[in-house]
Amino acid sequence: MKVSFFPGCSLEGTAREYGESIEAVCEMLGIEMEEIPGWSCCGASSAHTSDEFLSVALPARNLFQAERIGQNLVTPCAACFNRLKAAEKAITGVARMDVGIPLQGNITVLHLLEFLAQKEFAERIEKQVKRPLKNLKVVSYYGCLIVRPPRITDAIHWEDPQALDRLIAQLGGERVFWPYKTECCGGSLVLTSVDIFRRLTGRLLDMAKEAEADCIVTACPLCQTNLDTRQEEIGATVGTHYDLPIFYFTELMGLAFGVKETGKWFRRHLVDPRPLLRERKLI
Amino acid sequence: MESVSFKGDRKFREAVVERAGEEIFACYQCSKCSAGCPVAFAMDLLPHQVIRSVLFLKKEKVLSSRTIWICASCETCTTRCPNEIDIAKLMDVLRQMQRESGKKPHEPRVPLFHAVFLNAIKRSGRIHELSMLRTYFLKSGDAREKLKTGEWKNDVKLGLKMFLRGKLKVLPARCEGVKEVRKIFARAEKGKRA
Repeated sequence: MKVSFFPGCSLEGTAREYGESIEAVCEMLGIEMEEIPGWSCCGASSAHTSDEFLSVALPARNLFQAERIGQNLVTPCAACFNRLKAAEKAITGVARMDVGIPLQGNITVLHLLEFLAQKEFAERIEKQVKRPLKNLKVVSYYGCLIVRPPRITDAIHWEDPQALDRLIAQLGGERVFWPYKTECCGGSLVLTSVDIFRRLTGRLLDMAKEAEADCIVTACPLCQTNLDTRQEEIGATVGTHYDLPIFYFTELMGLAFGVKETGKWFRRHLVDPRPLLRERKLI
Repeated sequence: MESVSFKGDRKFREAVVERAGEEIFACYQCSKCSAGCPVAFAMDLLPHQVIRSVLFLKKEKVLSSRTIWICASCETCTTRCPNEIDIAKLMDVLRQMQRESGKKPHEPRVPLFHAVFLNAIKRSGRIHELSMLRTYFLKSGDAREKLKTGEWKNDVKLGLKMFLRGKLKVLPARCEGVKEVRKIFARAEKGKRA
């Protein structure tokens, strides 16, 4: 099966292990991801905060390329997904916004998580599970932009989404309940209002601990980076120590599928998940 | 019937409604937006108070607020509003109007960051994290302040850790679409002047 792929800027840098694990997992599931030639940045929060025209035109340029190829468009980043959907709706919906980029609206934009959560992959995923994530207690973290606002994302369950939870169960892991599935990590404030950011991300880490989870699983490169890379400084400001591994969902898939190079991905984390995985006899 | 009880700039409210939608007139101040807002603790005007202030023509109060700059764009308010007011969009519109006013924003770092980010896209078509961060730190004065407070040590430590783990790409990727991206920016700038 072939789809077009919009990686987004962070997959080339801070979210490298996300990209690597996506490649490994999709190959095992028989999915061919074809990168959109000449793709460019979606503009993210900076565009919609500053200029409505840019916030639609920047993602629309990529949608235009994807429509020419004619395959559905999959992206692993929550922000890219949200902006692509918003631009598609602004141009092809009732607003009929004109940014000089005509779109047909004849392809579907999907976040990688919802793409892999489709029924047709359930059997393929289950067949690939060679090393179930036994006794691994996981809370699923969806963050904001995969689900909100539903009029843009087309999410069906935006307060209590299920795709990650079902996946954890399929991989043989233990789903742990927590109330912060879609609470904001404050990622957009990490550089400009770091105190607010620390409080929001700290709250997530505290709740995951209170829920007695071993780790958090995410589907967004920005959420993962914010949760993983700042635990030391957040701990230092409140006088505690955090060491909660933060996984991309594709990393957990790779682990359960028995992929050999998982060590290469996990080495890139600031909170090394390998001690936990060794303790649970998963590596 | 037009109400006459509020003194203030009616044009301001008209402009906001035109850009953010007339649903804001449906606000009955239930404050559901403020109850769910993760950043409410740091705001000087809560989201429902922002809407009220717009409706009551309090232009200065809204545009000089801290709130419009620390809103994290998490879309919780927009999602939960019982009257379908796109509050996150309203925040975007207010930020843009504040910039158009030419006055100093309450949190200058935020619009500066977005300007640096957009400039990086205009230059290269994609975001190269390392060069974007460097420009932001130099321009915001954060670099100087961090030198003074010693905070730079933490940044260097974090940067080094990420670099050693292969998370910081040293050279930017080439984006073949950059010419088209620049055309989009040129059109945006032309639209602003018009």
